[in-house]
Amino acid sequence: MSMRALVSHRLAGLAMIAAITILLPPFFPSAYYYRVGALVFIFALAAMGLNLLMGFAGQVSLGHAGFLGIGGYTVAIAPIYFGTPSWLCIPGGAALSGLVAFLVGRPILRLKGHYLAVATLGFGVLVAIVLTNEAVWTGGPDGMTVPRLTLFEWRVRGSDAWYWIAATTFLLGAALALNLIDSPTGRALKAIHDSEVASSMLGVDVARQKLAIFVLSAIYVSVAGSYLALFNGHITPDVSGFVRSIELVAMVVLGGMGSVAGSLVGAAVLVVLPQILTVLHDYEHMVLGLILMGFMIFLRQGIVPSLTAVLVGRRR
Amino acid sequence: MTILEAERLSIAFGGVRAINEVSLTVQPGVVFSIIGPNGAGKTTLLNLFSGLYVPLDGCVRLAGEDVTGLSPDRLARRGLSRTFQNLQIFFRMTALENVMVGRHRHEATGILSDLLHLPSVHRQNRRTREAARTALARVGLQAEADRPASALPYGALKRLEIARGLASEPKVLLLDEPAAGCNPVETKELDAVIRSIVKEAVTVVLVEHDMRLVMNVSDHIHVLANGRTLAEGTAAEVRSNPAVVEAYLGIHGSQEAAHAFG
Amino acid sequence: MAEFLQFFFSGLTVGTVYALVALGFTLIYNASDVINFAQGEFVMLGGMSTVFLALAGVPVPFAALIAVIVTAAIGFALHRFAIEPARGASPVALIMITIGASIFLRGVAQIVFDKRFHSLPPVLDAEPFRLGGAAVLPQSLVVFAGAGIIVMLLWQFVDRTMLGKAMIATAANRLAARLVGIDTRRIVGLSFVISAAIGAVAGILVTPITLTSYDVGTLLALKGFAAAMLGGIGSAFGAVIGGLLLGMFEAFSAGYISSQYKDAVAFLVILAVLFAMPQGVLGRGKVERV
Repeated sequence: MSMRALVSHRLAGLAMIAAITILLPPFFPSAYYYRVGALVFIFALAAMGLNLLMGFAGQVSLGHAGFLGIGGYTVAIAPIYFGTPSWLCIPGGAALSGLVAFLVGRPILRLKGHYLAVATLGFGVLVAIVLTNEAVWTGGPDGMTVPRLTLFEWRVRGSDAWYWIAATTFLLGAALALNLIDSPTGRALKAIHDSEVASSMLGVDVARQKLAIFVLSAIYVSVAGSYLALFNGHITPDVSGFVRSIELVAMVVLGGMGSVAGSLVGAAVLVVLPQILTVLHDYEHMVLGLILMGFMIFLRQGIVPSLTAVLVGRRR
Repeated sequence: MTILEAERLSIAFGGVRAINEVSLTVQPGVVFSIIGPNGAGKTTLLNLFSGLYVPLDGCVRLAGEDVTGLSPDRLARRGLSRTFQNLQIFFRMTALENVMVGRHRHEATGILSDLLHLPSVHRQNRRTREAARTALARVGLQAEADRPASALPYGALKRLEIARGLASEPKVLLLDEPAAGCNPVETKELDAVIRSIVKEAVTVVLVEHDMRLVMNVSDHIHVLANGRTLAEGTAAEVRSNPAVVEAYLGIHGSQEAAHAFG
Repeated sequence: MAEFLQFFFSGLTVGTVYALVALGFTLIYNASDVINFAQGEFVMLGGMSTVFLALAGVPVPFAALIAVIVTAAIGFALHRFAIEPARGASPVALIMITIGASIFLRGVAQIVFDKRFHSLPPVLDAEPFRLGGAAVLPQSLVVFAGAGIIVMLLWQFVDRTMLGKAMIATAANRLAARLVGIDTRRIVGLSFVISAAIGAVAGILVTPITLTSYDVGTLLALKGFAAAMLGGIGSAFGAVIGGLLLGMFEAFSAGYISSQYKDAVAFLVILAVLFAMPQGVLGRGKVERV
């Protein structure tokens, strides 16, 4: 049946990733690997959110880490100051991020090109500044502790628990993203990326679609931020900083703009690399800068699309 | 009832009136051509009709409704569509996908159902794909459906834009120099496509430089020069109008214009 | 009144640095349409290199000279190895390259230098003098004078030399400039070199007042960009005005409203300009043709 064929095609890649996710852990020598895996999936979720905005809709955001901060600090502040259960704060933070994205996005998305880039950068840095300054709530530059997540009496701690939580969420998010791509909204977004004028002329409400995807991407990143905070047990304003935003962009660029699998690859590289470079921790910025420059100059497509192109080329 | 009309339309750019009190009425189901020497304001007029520019003065009516100043997507939803002089193709998509976007205003799913890929979305995708294939067939591109748009030659891309515009099932289709850069064979095919469009009760407003095509296919011609209406009428009336000939020939004369009108 | 003057002068001092950064941005943007994020790093490199050379025993004036030359060379390398190869990329791609470069340079500075704050001895007296009740540092005057000289030199260069005119031509219309035989690639490279040098000088002049460290570049770049936008991106004169204005806004908000959010002023300015008057106070806008 054509329907079966379609479903298998669209989500087949996802099934493969799911399989790897499940099959890998028995080979993990220690809990440390679960930790790295969890971080990879958390950042892959964030990268995927940004990818929806940058890769599909073609809008740039150099300040998306701001939403990591909103999601993260919600899950830190609300349980302590308002007594809300942590698990509720995850969608709560997402809702807040969505609201902020809605309010900020409306004016900001009227801009294009480098103006949009700088405006989003400004947004991200503003969030970081607010988080640093409002020390009464946020604990200032040194950050604050994040109460651990409790689900029905189960205190969620341990890298292995977070590995499964993050992986499942990522797969879910990826499924939604893949659904979106193969739909009227997805086509409209891709069209906007290529020609806003033509899209408009075909009935696409460009402003509304851009805003919708901006809000959606903010939600993805916010959830990732909440997970990060709950997982680490601690959060600092750096999480919304300029460098963090650029790391997210680098993940998207490296993995491949517009590629869901690319988000995972990009996140994997940029999470694992510092782990490998722990000795050379100070070289992190250098390497990040080199990666960003290198890919933007020589391999703008990113890893996954380039590999796909090569493989498809060979088959012919 | 006229399908499209402009009443004393004007627009200025930095003090220069690119379109100056232009009025015209387009009857439904005809090929209405707008011609004029370079810089006459033809594309500006199209941009005014399609909502890309907001006029300084005057109004635009679509099927009797005042649509002056409406944004392009609002106009598209009221049945206006267009192609572009400098090609606004979605190069990252295949030919079929390009035309599928043309179905946007007829698609009924929202972002939430799209995210969840409910059965309604699946059905919608199928309907859209079929309608898109039909539109591609109408311009003779059905074989290229799955090729990336970036791989198609220029002439095919021009036809692709027409297919995309047709897919939206417009009342009026604005064609902005569709024959530009086409060889005589492609132009003849274009002639046939335009005639077939009009047969399906879609009005065509054509901006063109290729005089042979214009004279062959037009029911009514409107001549612009320097942002003003110079003349209008049937092909025969326009080509024998001395003011029109002079506008094209200029003071020193031009072989091309003489050849075109000859 | 004394308070007002105090803020005025400190705002003017900081504003002068922003003006020079903005000037560097504008030079490069005019010649190549690239927004050079590494501009802030040039300022940082100027200051930090001088500091470390001085610490190594080189007399400060020579250290400063070497620092300017080295920074200018880095500017050249940035163009030659990062911007040139990506010629034709979208504006956003180019911005990301310069952001990558700025992070890279920051990372290198972290290792070559260190992470602490550093200062330089002021050129004149270290003691502030009184002007209408406000305490003004003599170094501020050095900063003003230095900036004034730079602007004057640049103006003469552009007005009187063939190379300067070639830069104007390239900025006005790159294709036309190439058609009349101007090597636009060299001109763009030159704009990077000059911008880097200007940035370095600004960094050296202001270090005695504001200190320097490996990470001052990012914020400076953003503020410089805000200043350029305020004055109208594309206008060198606007860049200077924008820088001074921004410095004032910052100083007055820090003084009268909140000093914690001082850095936020620049971003609010960017956002305000982008939405209210995208062409800036003096700039020219571009129309998209269909």
